[in-house]
Amino acid sequence: MAVKNKKLNLKDKYQYLTRDMSWEPTYQKKEDIYPDERFEGIKITDWSQWEDPFRLTMDAYWKYQAEKEKKLYAIFDAFAQNNGHQNISDARYVNALKLFLSGVSPLEHAAYQGYAKVGRQFSGAGARVACQMQAIDELRHSQTQQHAMSHYNKHFNGLHDAAHMHDRVWFLSVPKSFFDDARSAGPFEFLTAISFSFEYVLTNLLFVPFMSGAAYNGDMATVTFGFSAQSDEARHMTLGLEVIKFILEQHEDNVPIVQQWIDKWFWRGFRLLSLVGMMMDYMLPNKVMSWAEAWEVYYEQNGGALFKDLERYGIRPPKYQDIANDAKNHVSHQAWATFYQYGHATNFHTWMPEKEELDWLSEKYPDTFDKYYRPRFEHWAKEHAEGRRFYNNTLPQLCQVCQIPTIFTEKDDPSMLSHRQIEHEGERYHFCSDGCCDIFKNEPEKYVQAWLPVHQIYQGNCEGGDVETVVSKYYHINIGEDNFDYVGSPDQKRWLAIKGKSSEEKTESAKQDAA
Amino acid sequence: MSIEIKTNSVEPIRHTYGHIARRFGDKPATRYQEASYDIEAKTNFHYRPQWDSEHTLNDPTRTAIRMEDWYAVTDPRQFYYGAYVGNRAKMQEAAETSFGFCEKRNLLTRLPQETQKQLLRLLVPLRHVELGANMNNSKIAGDATATTVSQMHIYTGMDRLGIGQYLSRIALMIDGSTGAGLDESKGYWMDDELWQPMRKLVEDSLVIDDWFELTLVQNILMDGLMYPLVYDKIDTWFESQGAEDVSMLTEFMRDWYKESLRWTNAMLKVVAGESDDNRELLQKWIDHWEPQAYNALKPLAQASAGIDALDEARAELATRLKKCGLQSQGVSA
Repeated sequence: MAVKNKKLNLKDKYQYLTRDMSWEPTYQKKEDIYPDERFEGIKITDWSQWEDPFRLTMDAYWKYQAEKEKKLYAIFDAFAQNNGHQNISDARYVNALKLFLSGVSPLEHAAYQGYAKVGRQFSGAGARVACQMQAIDELRHSQTQQHAMSHYNKHFNGLHDAAHMHDRVWFLSVPKSFFDDARSAGPFEFLTAISFSFEYVLTNLLFVPFMSGAAYNGDMATVTFGFSAQSDEARHMTLGLEVIKFILEQHEDNVPIVQQWIDKWFWRGFRLLSLVGMMMDYMLPNKVMSWAEAWEVYYEQNGGALFKDLERYGIRPPKYQDIANDAKNHVSHQAWATFYQYGHATNFHTWMPEKEELDWLSEKYPDTFDKYYRPRFEHWAKEHAEGRRFYNNTLPQLCQVCQIPTIFTEKDDPSMLSHRQIEHEGERYHFCSDGCCDIFKNEPEKYVQAWLPVHQIYQGNCEGGDVETVVSKYYHINIGEDNFDYVGSPDQKRWLAIKGKSSEEKTESAKQDAA
Repeated sequence: MSIEIKTNSVEPIRHTYGHIARRFGDKPATRYQEASYDIEAKTNFHYRPQWDSEHTLNDPTRTAIRMEDWYAVTDPRQFYYGAYVGNRAKMQEAAETSFGFCEKRNLLTRLPQETQKQLLRLLVPLRHVELGANMNNSKIAGDATATTVSQMHIYTGMDRLGIGQYLSRIALMIDGSTGAGLDESKGYWMDDELWQPMRKLVEDSLVIDDWFELTLVQNILMDGLMYPLVYDKIDTWFESQGAEDVSMLTEFMRDWYKESLRWTNAMLKVVAGESDDNRELLQKWIDHWEPQAYNALKPLAQASAGIDALDEARAELATRLKKCGLQSQGVSA
């Protein structure tokens, strides 16, 4: 044995326990073992420069994670045994969980699959190992979320078929296409999209609002999951930052490629977050903070500092950031107005905010809410009170990229819908914004493939041509149970019964709606 | 006598999720069921993968094996994430005690130089085989459809990383945590004649595209010969060389392999039993790969426990395969 006297330091020891197990192949060509590492044009000159974002050997991983799981499941058991669902702030809160289970949990599973894939694709073993650990963490999250919501599913509607709905329901194609987009990209783009843009830049605007919402609304099962997942998320964020710095440091030619990905994934993430904004402002009976406040703190301030830090690599803040910053005062209201109109085709209930809630919104959005949204909402509330709950029976125009109905408005004119269109190989495509239109123009061959729910209904691919058949047969939304207004819903009736109140007066108007 | 705490019982409106109820009826489901069945996306994928435009995401035709329902392959251990890490945490606790014991009493450094060298040459290089197994199982987890199938592979992939780390620690114990033992051992893996057939086999496995072929090659054929040979037969041989203490450090691997037989056997049985086409394809793959796995391990066996030991392992594998209606060359050996 060659003489070496110095004991390994922690960093070197971890490298011996991970990347040193890898070797330079000689019987097979490296390009054949790692065939997906080059097609995106990213140049990696030296994988040994990869800094392990965390040092966790498997024995330690098993030990820590098992301790966390033990505590988590003890809470789940106690929650179910004591019917913890009766202690939440209000049953309207559960609608945030319905959105989460059908919109977000399936993404955790997709993340598991995506990280397992990139955990094999890179020739750098350090990066592979970090990705594999995230893969199994994401599997954890997808499974513990099923278990956290399991008890709610026994007592509320709309949580009963989340994965089936995720593959089909019109608004769920927004998160689904987001993750399909990342998973169908190459390994470097996947990490830029999910590890960096999603986990590092935007996680405080996605994961955290749901978990804080749970904390503020007495949902012990979900908030305990959130705390339990926190240290996993911290690891995922450090991976996200390491990935981006590593790619940028490897070769200057990588900079423009990464910049384009950052632009794209910032915009896609921002659009996806409209759903979270609406959840925060409208679906939480006890509000955590407004969407605009969250955006200011977590994107404008934290994101601003991050992009300042990345300047030295030649990276600028994402394109159209100014439009996103301006939109913080609008998107949640525009999204809720849309879901309210299409509440017959959702697996969660919608409603008009009560007076104090409207006042809260007026206070939080002094420049926009009273001017553009409150009058419409008061009108709808009045209509509802008079037995004319408004539902929109036409199908909306979807954006070809983000797949949200084209409901957003122009930056300088909130009374003008933002709409872009282009012709590509003889077909016309529609977009909600320049941001989405640019994404299409950069990769038209990808986005022409999009499975647009409205188009699919019209093409007869959803088990029926009329909305009711599609909703019940294809989506598995139970009509009269999962959908329509919260007022008069079975969820509301059960909740009032739990709280020992009568539901008579409110159900009257709802009966008329359903008719 | 028993005491009875009064609780406010509330009638549920359903007992489990719809997708679980469609399979098992609307009754209280197990945690394994709710964590494993039908939570994976199945249809309406938006974009073809740029790394494989022939297939969609989650495409069941990414293997040539055909199953009416991949969820028919289940885990007899009922491992979902929580159950998995809970089990491994207990196993690692036992392993930690053994490593601590050996370290404290200098059990490895007290061995003769020659025996230490044999450990670095014949045992520790298997850490590289483990890393190959880690990569292969991560690929399978990324390509397979149905969480009941894919999760068994990501757990195995992480296990293999862990086993590679335990093997590495044996060298670190020998070299006093300088890394010199690991460098020496890696030299054998790269250049020693004894390891070249095995290294070639591992590299060949890294370019297998069909994920079910890969799980057969990695988790059934290669492991089916390697684990009994190394951790049973060569372990006994090391004992005869005066290195019986090493057994303590490979106990994890023996326990692990015994447990892994449960899911690999169950998986093979269901897949082979599905159709004649599947069985014929499996047979074709076995005919191609089993002799290669055997030949790859030959030099290692010759340098240690002997060819008879490898032939015994081969016969064990043949018996396992036979239970699924499959043949290998083991019996004649």
